[in-house]
Amino acid sequence: MSALPEFEDHAKQTVKTTTCYMCACRCGIKVTLEGNEIRFIQGNPKHPVNKGVLCAKGNAGIMKQKSPAKLTQPLVRKAGTERGDGEFEPISWDKALTLLTERLRKIRATDPKRLAFFTGRDQMQALTGFWASQFGTINWAAHGGFCSVNMAAGGLYMTGQSFWEFGDPDWDNAKYFMLWGVAEDHASNPIKIGLEKLKRRGAKFVAINPVRTGYQAIADEWIGIRPGTDGLLALSFAHVLLKNEQFDWEFLTNYTNSTQLVIHAPGTSKHGLLLRDEEGELQIWNQATDSVASWNASSHDDEIKPALFGEFLTPGAKGGITDGVADCTQVKTVMTHLAEKYLSEEYAPENVAERVGVDAETIERLALEMAHVAFKETITIETPWTDWTGRRHERFIGRPVAMHAMRGISAHSNGFQTCRSIHLFQVMLGAVDCPGSHLAKPPFPKHVAPPIKPAKAMAPDTPLSSPPLGFPMSPEDLVVDANGEPLRIDKAYSWEAPIANHGMMHMVINNAVKGDPYPIDTLILFMANMSWNSSMNTAEVQDMLREKDEHGDYKLPFIVTSDAFHSEMVNYSDLVLPDTTYLERFDTISMLDRPISEPHAACDSIRQPVIDLDRDVRPWQEVLVDIGTRLKFPALTDADGGAKFADYKDFITNWEKAPGIGFLAGWRGKDGDEHMVGAPNPDQWQAYQDNDCFFEHKLPPEQRYYRFANKDYLEWAKSVGFNAHAGPITIELYSEVLQKFRLAGQGLYDGPQPNNDTDRQRLIDYFDPMPDWYVPLEEQRIDNEKYKFHAVNQRPMHMYHSWDSQNAWLRQIMAQNYMYINRQRGLSLGIDDLDWIWVESHHGKIRCQAKLMEGCNPDTVWTWNAIGKQSGAWGLSDKAPESTKGFLMNHLISELLPSKDGERGLTNSDPVTGQAAWYDLKVDIYKAEEGETGVYPEFKHIKRLPDMAESPTVLRYHTHTPVNLERSMEDALTRGHLPTGDKP
Amino acid sequence: MKLGLVIDLDTCVGCHACAVACKQWNTSGTTGPLTDYDPYGENPAGVWFNRIRSYEVDDYPNNKTVNTPMSCMHCDDAACVTVCPTGASYKREEDGIVLVDQSKCMGCNLCAWACPYGARELDEDSGVMKKCTLCVDRIYDEALPVEERQPACVMTCPTSARFFGDFDDPNSEVSTLVRERSGYAMMPEVGYNPVNKYLPPRQRPKAPTIEKKEAATGQTLIGKWMKRQKDAFNDFGKGAR
Repeated sequence: MSALPEFEDHAKQTVKTTTCYMCACRCGIKVTLEGNEIRFIQGNPKHPVNKGVLCAKGNAGIMKQKSPAKLTQPLVRKAGTERGDGEFEPISWDKALTLLTERLRKIRATDPKRLAFFTGRDQMQALTGFWASQFGTINWAAHGGFCSVNMAAGGLYMTGQSFWEFGDPDWDNAKYFMLWGVAEDHASNPIKIGLEKLKRRGAKFVAINPVRTGYQAIADEWIGIRPGTDGLLALSFAHVLLKNEQFDWEFLTNYTNSTQLVIHAPGTSKHGLLLRDEEGELQIWNQATDSVASWNASSHDDEIKPALFGEFLTPGAKGGITDGVADCTQVKTVMTHLAEKYLSEEYAPENVAERVGVDAETIERLALEMAHVAFKETITIETPWTDWTGRRHERFIGRPVAMHAMRGISAHSNGFQTCRSIHLFQVMLGAVDCPGSHLAKPPFPKHVAPPIKPAKAMAPDTPLSSPPLGFPMSPEDLVVDANGEPLRIDKAYSWEAPIANHGMMHMVINNAVKGDPYPIDTLILFMANMSWNSSMNTAEVQDMLREKDEHGDYKLPFIVTSDAFHSEMVNYSDLVLPDTTYLERFDTISMLDRPISEPHAACDSIRQPVIDLDRDVRPWQEVLVDIGTRLKFPALTDADGGAKFADYKDFITNWEKAPGIGFLAGWRGKDGDEHMVGAPNPDQWQAYQDNDCFFEHKLPPEQRYYRFANKDYLEWAKSVGFNAHAGPITIELYSEVLQKFRLAGQGLYDGPQPNNDTDRQRLIDYFDPMPDWYVPLEEQRIDNEKYKFHAVNQRPMHMYHSWDSQNAWLRQIMAQNYMYINRQRGLSLGIDDLDWIWVESHHGKIRCQAKLMEGCNPDTVWTWNAIGKQSGAWGLSDKAPESTKGFLMNHLISELLPSKDGERGLTNSDPVTGQAAWYDLKVDIYKAEEGETGVYPEFKHIKRLPDMAESPTVLRYHTHTPVNLERSMEDALTRGHLPTGDKP
Repeated sequence: MKLGLVIDLDTCVGCHACAVACKQWNTSGTTGPLTDYDPYGENPAGVWFNRIRSYEVDDYPNNKTVNTPMSCMHCDDAACVTVCPTGASYKREEDGIVLVDQSKCMGCNLCAWACPYGARELDEDSGVMKKCTLCVDRIYDEALPVEERQPACVMTCPTSARFFGDFDDPNSEVSTLVRERSGYAMMPEVGYNPVNKYLPPRQRPKAPTIEKKEAATGQTLIGKWMKRQKDAFNDFGKGAR
């Protein structure tokens, strides 16, 4: 072979590892640098998350760094100009922080709830939540409420583990995989890695999604379901399993509350609650003695034979049901309730087929296929393990049916119950945290539900006594005042959304501007584009941000935004605190937060700066520690007000949540040789930097499955602070928590109850203690003859979660979105490719361009989300297709449900969790008139920021002069033009 | 040696990771930069060596979606080489990689017209033709770890749908995959003998189902289960823990 030139001068290159932040996946990356320029970003092969691969976003990191929309300095809205006009002037960091601190100090000393602090795409909720707690405001949340809280809550209130990023299918062992409502989603690269593993092993992959793009393209079977009906499909699967006697009797008996006894006492405060003895121990029916026994004792004592099915009278009654025994309590096992409900013909495939949009034969066949895999193709892993009662098991039994579900399930107002319905039939198959099924990622599973209650009480200059977000277990835990009115600005944990575990960020601006429940003073937003694609009803939200009271003052007096880029929200801010990019800062991805763990390893990681800052910006976490210190937060300052920590790094190193537990779990202890728990280690950051920026604690083989009942795992999880105790995590198929709320709705609860009929009725209708399905709320209130199409959206794989820059490479793949329609359906309406169409909802209308496709449910239209941009934002020219042709569906979605007479405005959210119901939207579509072209509505052009450079018209990015590989003249002459070298 | 790629259409999800990884590596690579025109404006476009095309096959509800990454096929009988008037385009004798000597190319575009795969892209800013180099500046670089001496697109692919190797070696991974998975060339009818091959989506056998039980009402079934647990409670629940 002829000698090759030296293409790369490696002596001039350095390689640093860090963690990607192009989306929420948090892959390990290796960055090759030439000076302060990035030569190449690649996946780190050693990293537990991505194992060397990297998606399109991660590969486009250079263009994020090069974005002309990067903020360069702190900005303040020019005095005398209107908010949203984009007139800013530079302000020094010192002045900016003094201005903000003074304002916050007054709020904190008087009425801390007048500060609302909400964060978007961040991965530092442990830090921002800590900060809000120290400030003393309950008005904090991240974006989970408009993201996928239904998945988190659905799982955590039932199995103790959940979809989203808190668990993974067992890619190595599953033989059957069902994917529900997933576009790219959490997590990008691991799902792709996993799908390839599945397919290579010959596992069957079924995708349930109204649209066949992305992952659905490689599914062995695509089920083009009607949006919002997934729960009904899941319950029909449960029906088929029961009808065919396909459920895991042992699993249900041993690990769930199926044998527990539900009290039948209609019209009393006990009705539907679980039977307990005087010590509060949950009871089961012991067939050996025909009497009740404690569930706990029955687990340990082989002489106790719990009944899975049956209806009994207790105490004193012998042998089943005797009518008219006055002093007895009538009880029925949970499993009997479940069987009675789901055996009902209401859930028979032939009775749900039309609504779901899937034929009955297919529904039945899919359920029976899964039953076959679970029970006829059972797998084992020959590792002995011990359950929580101390019994030794010789092996792990696996029911190799795995699921993953995300946004398509969660973004509906029936998403919480739908998520529960999917979990229900997983549990019936015994396919939870066993080999081949859906596996929890540490620190999950957690007890149902984690013992943290949301904070209610606030006092001036005082930290909260518990975190702002937690897990209500009964109406007593709601964050409401003595009259039952909401205490939080977003009304999370009120009767309108009792289990709003992630807050309701999508309601903050609406509520604050209306002063409902009260006005606030300052809104701090971090990386959240609330004046654009992260809000429902975008156009009117922009008006709300400008709305003034009778004195001419803004109803939302002061808005502070931290972002790295010139977003639409920056344009609506009064003070802009510019953040760094992910390649320019230290950061932690903590187990106290949303860790990067894998099913069989507890993991966390850091970011380190790989390139030097070239502008006057500061990492937001550094700014938070700085402001908190200026405000003299007790956790950040000592008795005389001096700073406890020099900076963010020092804070992370030395702050402990509990003795030995801090933000980072690796290399703790004085000498850096203790993991998970240990004293602060002054060299901890260096240890991470020396170890590719991640820490991985691999679980020993005996701790890897059945962790809800695995003694060794449960004891370890307690010892490292994941769980409060080492008792079993009982899967709650029947939720007593929900029943308590339902009793409150019925006026029977022995405690707080709603003060109005609207809330009462919602509790009655939607708080079924057993997984349930109901028509999505918007659909219940609109004219479905007129608005006959479901309208949903998804992010393209190459942009998922990468909202925060208009990337020069990625926008070449897509700079305009279309409204996609099933081809035959579109043609029947006279709509063809690229026609301009009107899309109209109960709330508003948009004009956009149509495209026809085959892989789309005929009653559904959809588009790529967040491609549309406001003209002038993100460093884009006013001619950019993102603003001239791209559009948002958000204008069609109201943050409030269509009103009914006399009823207050109700949030367009799941009535249980407050999850934003983005995908409940229904629309009418029709062709625009001749000559009606261009996108509607149109928005004002956003002005450039001061000192912002012009965006280049040509980009020739390279880090060194290219080394050309020359063809020798001899080769050119002897081999001519013919590739094989043959002479003519 | 005959180097090239195998692309598995059974696992390609159309995520564009390979295309962007290629763009990233090669913009600072031997034929870089891969110029971008109007990057923040009305018609964002640029030089890419690898593009993903997505197709729908058949009509709803029998439709399928196929994602097809396309880059230079490094044809054995490359028309782009034949038509080059300056000798800039050539197929390397030692490994079969089709390259453009940037110093000899005059940007006449003949090769781009000759290529039926759309694999060649003129850098309109520098006036020189550019195309996939199979990362010739990676695969022989002994300063890189052995496992990284691969094209950037192959290293990054999250679904492991891309394979790089020597088609002259019958035991190489690429040769074996083509043999075992019925790998095929794209548009063989145009006669340029592409080296790169595609693996078709796998056809799965039908999944077996549990035998369907006789229809019974819910109450009959629950009654049956109650009797079953009563008759033989030792066998159920805790018995088989």
